[in-house]
Amino acid sequence: MKPKVFAAFVGPSIFMMLLFIAFPLLSVFWNSFNVTQPIYETVEVESCTAGFLEQTCTTEMETRPVLNEDGEIMRQTEFVGLQTYRNVLEMDRFWEAVSSGSWTGLQNIDFWAALRFTVMFTLITLPLVVGFGIGIAMVINNASQFIRGPVIFISLLPFIITPVIGALSINWLFRGDGILTALLEWWLEQDLALFAQAWTIELLMMVYRVWHVAPFAAIIFYAGLQTVNQDSLESAVIDGASRWQRLRLIIIPHLAPLIIFVAMIHLMDAYRVFEEVVGFRAEGHVISLQWLTYDFLKPDQAGNRSISRASASAMLTMIGIAILLVPLLKRTWRDHKGTH
Amino acid sequence: MTAKALRQPASLKIVSGTFLAVWCVIAAFPIFWITVMSFKSPVDAFDANPFNVIFGPATRAGGSGWSILEIVLALAVVWLTARITMRRVPALVAQYSPGGFVALGWVVASALIGVGFVLAFFGLLPLVSDFLNPLVGPLGRDIIGATTEHYETVWIDRGFSNNFKNSLIVTAGVVTISLSVGTLAGYGIARSGSTLAFWILIVALIFRALPHSVLVAGYLPVFINSAEWLSPILGENAPTLYGKPAAVIAVLVAINQPFTIWMLRSFFANIPADLDEAARVDGCSHFKAFRLVIMPVMWPGVITTGLFSFLLAYNDFLVTSLLLDASNQTMVPAIAGMFNRETTTTDQVVAVAAAVSITAPLFLLVMVFQRQIVSGLTAGAVKG
Repeated sequence: MKPKVFAAFVGPSIFMMLLFIAFPLLSVFWNSFNVTQPIYETVEVESCTAGFLEQTCTTEMETRPVLNEDGEIMRQTEFVGLQTYRNVLEMDRFWEAVSSGSWTGLQNIDFWAALRFTVMFTLITLPLVVGFGIGIAMVINNASQFIRGPVIFISLLPFIITPVIGALSINWLFRGDGILTALLEWWLEQDLALFAQAWTIELLMMVYRVWHVAPFAAIIFYAGLQTVNQDSLESAVIDGASRWQRLRLIIIPHLAPLIIFVAMIHLMDAYRVFEEVVGFRAEGHVISLQWLTYDFLKPDQAGNRSISRASASAMLTMIGIAILLVPLLKRTWRDHKGTH
Repeated sequence: MTAKALRQPASLKIVSGTFLAVWCVIAAFPIFWITVMSFKSPVDAFDANPFNVIFGPATRAGGSGWSILEIVLALAVVWLTARITMRRVPALVAQYSPGGFVALGWVVASALIGVGFVLAFFGLLPLVSDFLNPLVGPLGRDIIGATTEHYETVWIDRGFSNNFKNSLIVTAGVVTISLSVGTLAGYGIARSGSTLAFWILIVALIFRALPHSVLVAGYLPVFINSAEWLSPILGENAPTLYGKPAAVIAVLVAINQPFTIWMLRSFFANIPADLDEAARVDGCSHFKAFRLVIMPVMWPGVITTGLFSFLLAYNDFLVTSLLLDASNQTMVPAIAGMFNRETTTTDQVVAVAAAVSITAPLFLLVMVFQRQIVSGLTAGAVKG
């Protein structure tokens, strides 16, 4: 294919990606070092109220934004270097908390709390998703041909559901005296308030995530199970391998590339955890990195969006993505080398 | 001998079957339960006793419920819809959609099925059952408390139909544009084999991993000030991109692009290159070969990729909630606004009804396209 023809085929796609992915990245990078804010001026204001015989007048210093000729607030963009990063990271509070060994002090700083939850969430759900995925795939594979279709249909439901709605539906089962909270209370014979403290909410979020992603893993592993070499299984039986040995020595190694694939996808997606915080209304207790950026981007009461802080926290989030991507890119590179 | 040696002991079969059953219950229960809740009065919906939630005594006492007759009729409508969708529709679509527009035919067909079902279920059914209930005696008496008033509140009073329309615009736009752009790129990359193509894929992979909030942080300042920035070029007509569905469509298409080209590339790589080579030998240009030889055989891959594009656009919360203003809001952010002001339990049940309304189209989607979704999921993983 000639370069010109190739360009014509991929051109529109590249153009879209450059304009809407690469350019915003540059814009975020730029914004994280700059702050745009209204110009304020301090003026002396004399306010008078009617009083007896004469007016009562008070003079106050008032800070207000400067307006331009059209009556709009004037804004200026200022280069601040790493200041915004310092504001997001709050390093002095961080070191203070670390040196005094205070975990709660650390958890009161938004960024570090978000980082702690995001990493924990990612690492805890990963083995659960892979484990449940393999388990479900194997029992589906074990089921008779007739019920596989309906079972796969049911299994797809948690995967396909809108994440916010899925989180909400789990939320409704547990919130207040929701049906499952009632069940747990009856079983444990004690009063539960699952949305009153952080760790129970975190647990529910992880339960939700595993419920949501396990079907995806299961379907991929199920497809992998169809291609297990039956001959090696049979020879293993002849050699006297137990069921467990066959699973450990033949089936799991066969699934290994798929396990890596699922793990990679899951790491990328779990690191971006966001919808759970919205669906469980957890922002008072637990937040994630992506939610932090989202929160900076939302207008506050005065209608201002802290674009600069959002950019800084976005850049910091991407450091994690970069670390996650390195092994994946290495692998792709190796495959590419192998094929050429 | 092998069959006997590989046969599983009964205990293992029982364990495996039990695990499967438990998983199916866990998978379906939350969705089933919110569907049940959405039809109950607030007292019943949040009752701690599961039987009260299912049978809804308070709802029945409130005067609305379903008799055995109505349940039978409702099940019949659901069953008929499913049967028609499974048996008749594929043939009808194949027959009536002009060549090459099968996907469009499916969109029209699904919309028609959806509208037909809503009309039959919420329009025709109450009329018929009101007429029949007094005639059949005990069968016509309410046994399960249920009410559709929350759906009426959501769709009519809270303006959810408007959000639905916006969702429709955004998803339709995203699917069409991202498929047309992505198909060309996927084909080009699959057939090129050059190092540049490889690097495009790698960059796309990196883009795929980016959190969406990072990108939105880049768009927001530009979109809000776009009128000012674009005015030197476009003059007075420069639009403010913030809040416009078109801008969101462009953003979602771009976000979706890396995934789309990866997936379509692997589908095109499975179409033998000899096919278009032959057309090229016969004197076709690349584009003509693509149009005449590849397009007729690419539809399974395109439909599958389209499904995932649809899911991305339909399920998105982050981008739409930050980039659209209130009047153009799609369904998912709208429900988040709904539960934020959820003060009474009635509001909560209304939010549940909204959630079920959002899930229903997805349910239909899995029902019709299960095979394609599974093949799409495995295409990337199993084939490399």
